Order: sequence, then structure tokens, then C-alpha cells
Amino acid sequence: MSATHPSERAETQFAALTAALFAGLRGAEVALLSVEGEDTHFIRFNQAKVRQAGHVDRQRVTVRLIDGKRHASVRLDLTGHDDARRCLAALAEARALVAGCDPDPYLLYNTEPRSTRRVDHGTLPGPDEIVASVTDDAAGLDLVGIHASGPIWRGLATSLGQVNWHVVERFDAKVAAYLGGDRAVQTGLSGAHWSRPAWQRTLATARVQLDALARPARTIQPGRYRVLLAPQAMEDLLGVMSWGGFSARALRTGSSPLNRLARGEVQLHPSVTFTEDTAGGWAPSFTADGFVRPDRVTLVEAGRHAGELVSARTAGEFSLPANGADSDESPRALAMAPGDIPPDDALARLGTGLAIGNLWYLNYSDRPAGRITGMTRFATFWVEGGEIVAPVPVMRFDESLLRVLGDQLVGLTTDAADLPDTGTYGGRALSGARAPGLLAEGFSFTL
Amino acid sequence: MLDDLTRLAGAARARLPATDVDDWSVRWSRTRSRGWSVRRGVAEPPSAGSAEGALVTAVVNGAEGWAATADVSERGLAAALERAAEWARVVGDRALVRMLPADVSDARGTYIGPGVDGAELSGAAIQGALRQLEARLRSGANGPESAIVDTTAGLDVVDVDQAAWTSRGGATLQRLRHVSPNLAATAARGAISQGRSLGGGENAGLNRQGGFDLFDVAWLEREAERIREEALVLLTAPNCPSGAMQLLLMPSQMMLQIHESIGHPLELDRILGDERNYAGTSFVTPEMFGTYRYGSELLNVTFDPTIPGELASYAFDDAGTPARREWLIRNGILERPLGSALSQRRAGLPGTANARSSAWDRPPIDRMANLNVEPGNTPLAELIARVERGVMMDNNISWSIDDSRNKFQFGCEWGRVIRDGQLAEVVKNPNYRGISATFWRSLSGVGDRGTVEVLGTPYCGKGEPNQMVRVGHASPACLFDQVDVFGGEE
Repeated sequence: MSATHPSERAETQFAALTAALFAGLRGAEVALLSVEGEDTHFIRFNQAKVRQAGHVDRQRVTVRLIDGKRHASVRLDLTGHDDARRCLAALAEARALVAGCDPDPYLLYNTEPRSTRRVDHGTLPGPDEIVASVTDDAAGLDLVGIHASGPIWRGLATSLGQVNWHVVERFDAKVAAYLGGDRAVQTGLSGAHWSRPAWQRTLATARVQLDALARPARTIQPGRYRVLLAPQAMEDLLGVMSWGGFSARALRTGSSPLNRLARGEVQLHPSVTFTEDTAGGWAPSFTADGFVRPDRVTLVEAGRHAGELVSARTAGEFSLPANGADSDESPRALAMAPGDIPPDDALARLGTGLAIGNLWYLNYSDRPAGRITGMTRFATFWVEGGEIVAPVPVMRFDESLLRVLGDQLVGLTTDAADLPDTGTYGGRALSGARAPGLLAEGFSFTL
Repeated sequence: MLDDLTRLAGAARARLPATDVDDWSVRWSRTRSRGWSVRRGVAEPPSAGSAEGALVTAVVNGAEGWAATADVSERGLAAALERAAEWARVVGDRALVRMLPADVSDARGTYIGPGVDGAELSGAAIQGALRQLEARLRSGANGPESAIVDTTAGLDVVDVDQAAWTSRGGATLQRLRHVSPNLAATAARGAISQGRSLGGGENAGLNRQGGFDLFDVAWLEREAERIREEALVLLTAPNCPSGAMQLLLMPSQMMLQIHESIGHPLELDRILGDERNYAGTSFVTPEMFGTYRYGSELLNVTFDPTIPGELASYAFDDAGTPARREWLIRNGILERPLGSALSQRRAGLPGTANARSSAWDRPPIDRMANLNVEPGNTPLAELIARVERGVMMDNNISWSIDDSRNKFQFGCEWGRVIRDGQLAEVVKNPNYRGISATFWRSLSGVGDRGTVEVLGTPYCGKGEPNQMVRVGHASPACLFDQVDVFGGEE
């Protein structure tokens, strides 16, 4: 249906745009041109039939003009024709904004060019294959979800001579198989190389899990329980921690949920280590300010605060060394170190309690204290004597992150899972996390 | 503009070589955003942006495909139409919904919202005003407040032009301007911090359609002073008390309560199962409409995109259905879901004009627009006087609800104990939890028109692929009985 490697055409186009844009600079002006692009098939389905199917071809560029300490940005979508003229018009608009704005004491961008190039080609399924995989392969299942497939790219060029290019060709199938009501198993398959047999095995595993969900449900009362959180549930926990948790700016302005950890007032369990593992993730290795990210930044080591994510602007504001964070200072590749519980022993180590497959809709009930609330979702089971006994309807929890990762933590599993961010707000994400399962005691359920 | 694009859409269809396309549509949009911000005494760099493109649909033998392109030339639209048709052919008889000719809109019309093409303010003037506002957030009469550690004053202006054409003669043009001022202050001492904001900060609050007159600097200056002082008060306030008690929700929290536990559960695509993998399902089932007691007799909820100036006002939804005010809940009884024309046909239920998309590269799905609680007859003073033991809460800061939209827990920036009918001490970290299916039945008082505020949020997320849309919520203050209230970490 589509020509191969749209990202290659995009790279050629980006080089041409860069040349045209930088030729339009005046005097000591500096420009940065960045692009976010994708060429994606989106297939949305419900009841193992296609609900909506379509295609997005989009490239969004940002023209950033710097003149001394003044700077401004203008974004636009590329159309595939007349784009050089449109980028020059954006440059003129940025010039007008710069003329009317104040000098920025916190302006910081990379003035020592470091070019990079990473292109990860994949083998992706065509539209016919995708449709068959969510209809024919899911026969008999009430399958609902999305399959997104195609290349995603990010680029940056500066008039100082730096060029960074990053392409990931990837598919992301994220689905839920429903038994009825809200009883369901969520599963998925992501990667660069599509394998129909691997997808069929994913569905087969879901069918087995649905059998366990078919048992009579057990409703539990609010209270404290021993819990085993699957890596997919940990993804949500890490996600809410990332709302300012590791941000240098948030830590200095009172809005980080890990304030008390950073101040040394509390420590986490000695087995807890967090790293921003850019080298092991999907995110580009460069920032919009032209800085190349370090391969790794240690954030928490053996339960103690060890580092933070510092964007270029925060570096200027608080006189800190920048370490490759984007402007929101959220992790792009947060990795939690695994522990020593073999996955096959996890249920036995849980003994009696809740095995939780997914969490949902986490938020803070007291952010400065690191206390969060949220729901269980999809497959959650009551376990006795290390054996699954019954599915448990959704429950609300309200608990301190610092305690779950601190004195309530029993152990972590050895099987840290790759958890790509399959989000598509404004475009397909290029980030993710890696986390093991977590065993904790005294986890507080409230409703 | 409309004439040029109408010609392009027709020409693109004419270039399509295939003859099996039964119906088609082209929906074009151009969004222009501008933003200014001053934070901690420093003006952040200004930004501007535009997003322009078209989403094209094609129906082949009852199956629909779509394609989104930024190339809105005749050639670009023709290529997108061919790509959409290819998708329709691939889907074929494996479509969940067979499209009918009647699903394609023939509506024609134009809507220009308030503030469009109105007077502009220069960037320098805006930045100057924001500097003034940010200084008020930071400094009182005696100079800078050392406990105020973070302050932001900002303004976002987003202009949206959108037009649509269909094979059945539909042709609509709509132009909207959205204005969102933003003020926030954080006070901290040690590891303790508290914040106050204008209507709930960027997540909610004073987001409306209109002109630059919504950026009322004199009023915002007074708000900035209040925000600073209240952040400082919160820093030394005790935690919110715990227990079952009366709860008085001000409009800035009511908007979130309406949004999460009425709006989302009434979305018909959730009830039909489309969202079960992501946003979730609903505790509401089709047979409930017409008979189910959603809330007490005081609860009246309308869907109304026809109110000029509310954040999600329009004349046509993105499927071309003309917008109308509809009652969703009347005297506590559930009447109709938030379901677009296609969802209505799928479910056999009445609905609303609420097929909406977030941008040119997303297909429309069932969304909220303006979802409002109708005012009652009780002045705020009387609502307070009715409270023997309770808490008043203002400005949402935390929201969480289960995937069926039933078990919720919400938190606010500001709490005020009410004791024996009198407002008493300020409390921090006010939270409450409940269950949608029973919570609204505990509604015991609805404020009069004098308590109504028209608010909205630009961040309502849903859909696969994900879509973030603007929704408006107008509400009076409302009183609830026997709610599980609690505070923060001791």
C-alpha cells in the first residue's frame, strides 16, 4: 500500500529544508530546526472486527531562532511541497517574536556540534496482515484495541553544523480480550520485526488467562494486603512517579513527590535502583536544545537519591549541569533494576494476597508526601498458598510511593520487562520503561 | 476560503480513478496556537505554531477507511482519498459497522464563534501584563514572599478554522478562538508544599471561547493576590479532617466531578465497547436510559454546544450533525447518552451532536462538548448554612476513577471546614471518594445562578489513537450528604 521507508524520503527532505532555512539567517542569528514525523497505519477494533482503519502521514517541524539571548519558536506541519518557503516564513515569524521579547537569562543550547544518526529498520505487517491478525487470529475472542504500525522519526539540525537523525520502525499492538462486563486480560506485542506466530502465541496466552478469569469472583474488603504487581502494573507506578519525581526543577520548587527522598529524610528499600537508561531505550539520544544525552543517569541507587533530570533551561535557572533531559524533565527510558525473585517463584513468595496485572488512572492524593491513589484493572487475582484462587473486581488503593518502594517492599522479580510507551497523543511516542514485578506487604485498599 | 477548499475537495474526488467509492468526506482544519508565559520573574520564550491538514474518508461497499494528510492540494487530497479507499477495501466485510448513505451528512452552514477576527493584543503588551501578574503572585505589600517558590502567569490563544465537505452535499465552515489565562503559585517550607491556581491551573479552569477581553488584567491582578495569599495560608493549614460528612463543591471542582462521573460514563462509544482497551467501559448500560435514577431529583444535566463563549461550542459536530441542546439527566432520571449519529444507529438510542476529533489527523469519536449542571434556587450562603459538619472544596488538583467510571477519588487545592452552618478554618489536602452510581443520589442542594461559573479544560483524553479535546463545563455550587472525606499524609 505504501512505498518503503518514508523516513528516508523525510531525511532527504529535512536536509533540503535545513539548507534553505539556514541560508535565510542574518548576522549572528542561530537557528535550530527539529522534526517529528510518522507514517502510521492505525487499525482500531472491537469484538475482533475493524472499528476504524486509516493512515496518518505527518511531519511537524519547529523553527527556533536565537539572536543573542533572545529566542522564539514557530511550529508548522510540512505539506510535501512549498515547504522551504513555508519554513522561511516561519523563520520570519520567529524573527518578529524575537524582536518583541525580552532577553532570556536561562537560554542554553549546544554550541559544540555533535551529530548522531540511528536508523532501526523493521519488518512491519501490511494492512491485509494486520486486519487478518485482529479478526481471523482472534476468532472466538471479544478482542478490542489498536494496532499501530510504521516508522517514527525525529531530527534536529543546527546552523552551527550539528545534525541528529533518529528512526524507529515499529509496530505496537495493544489489546484486551474480554470475558464479559469488566473481566478482561490486556496483552500486546510491540517490536521492529512482525511475527504472526508470535502474535498468535500472545493471543493463546490471553485465552489461558481468560479461563482463570472465568472462575467465580471474590470481592475483598478495604484493608491492607500483600500484593504482587506485574511489570505492566509497575509501568503505571513508574509513570506517576515520573510526574516531576526526578525533575530537578520540581525538586527545587516543592512539587516533586520524591522531595523527602531527595532531601535525605527517607530512604527506599536497598534493592531499589532507578536509571534513566537512554542507551537501552527507544528515545532519541538528543534533545531539542541540541544536547546529546548521556547513555545513563542514575537517579536512585540502592534506595538513596542519586541524581535528577536536568533540562537545559533548569541548568541555567538553578546553575546546575544539564544532563540531557527534555524540557519537562520526565524520564524517557526509566529503568528499574530487577531483584532476586525468580518469576516462577513469585506467586509462592506472595503466598496469600493479590496478584495485580494492571493498575489504572493513578494520581496523587498528597503529592509532596508521595502518596498516590489508583485502581486495579484487568486481570487481578486472589492468591492463597501461592495458587490463583479467584479473580477480584476492581479495587481502589491509596498508598505512599515511598512506603511501597521502602519499608513495605519485600522484593523484586528477576524478569524486568521492556514496556514501550504506546501512547499516541499528538503522535506516536518514542519512549518507554523497564521494570520488574514487585512484591510488597501492607498495600492499602480503600474502596 | 470555503469556496477554494470546496473546489479542491470536488476536484480531488474527480481525480480518483476508482469507481467503487460510494461516499466520501473531506474534513480540513487549521489550528494556530500562540503562548506566552512568565515564570519566577523571567519571561519564557514566546512560541507560535500552526497545524493544518485534512482527514479524508471513503466508503466502499459499506466499509469505511480514512487517511490523514497535510498536503491539502488537489493532488494531495486525491492521494489521501485513494489511500482511504484502499483501506476500505482491505477492511471489507470485517468492518464492525456497515456505513449507510444516511450516515453521510448533508448539512450546510457557517459558524463564527465569539472573538474570531477581534481586536488583537501585541506580544509585548501581553508579556508586560504577564510580568505584572507574575510579580503579584510572588510579592505582597512587603516585598517578595520567601515561602513562594514557584510562580507562573501565562496566556494561551488558539484559533481553529475547520471545514468539511461530503459526497451528499454537506459543506460546513466553523471558526473558533479559545483563550486561556493561567496563574499559579507554589509555597513551600522544607519538604512541605502547597499550591493555588486560577480555576485549577492548566488542567482546568478559566478556558473559554472569546476574544482578548477574556484576558482581563485588572481582574487577574486581584486573582493573583488571592492566589498568593491562599497558597501561603495552605502552607500552615491543618490537614483536611476525615469521616463521612457533608461536602460543598464549588464550580471549579464540580466541573471535574461532572466530567469524570457523568460525562465519561454517558459516552455511547464506551457503552458500545469501543474504548474498553484504553479509556474504559461504563457502569451505564443501554437499558438504563429513560428510567435509571442517576441522581437526586435536584440533578439536571444538559449537553449544550450552542452556548457562545463556553469552551466547546460549535454549530456542527465533526460528522456534520447540527448541534442542539439536549437533556441528559432531568430531575435525576437518565434520559440520553452522549452518542453521535453513528453510535445512535448502532445502539438504537437517541443521542447528541458529539462526534469530535482532536486534530486533522484523527477520526471523530463520541466526546463531551459543553456538559453543564443546570442551576437550582439556593444561594451560596444558604448552602453553607445547611451544613452542620462538612468541608467546602475548591479547584481540582487530583482525579482518579475506575474504568467503568464508578469508584472515584478526587482531591482539591483548597478546603474550608464548615461547622454549624459557618465557614471555619482552611484545611489542606482535601480529598473525597465515592461511587458514581450512588454519589449523585446524595445531592442535597444546588446553587442558584449566582453561584454558576463557566469553566472548561483543554485536556480531555480518550480514544485509540489518542485524542485530546477541549470540553466546557458550567456548574453551580452543589451540596452532597454523607461523603467519605479525608486529608493528606500525617
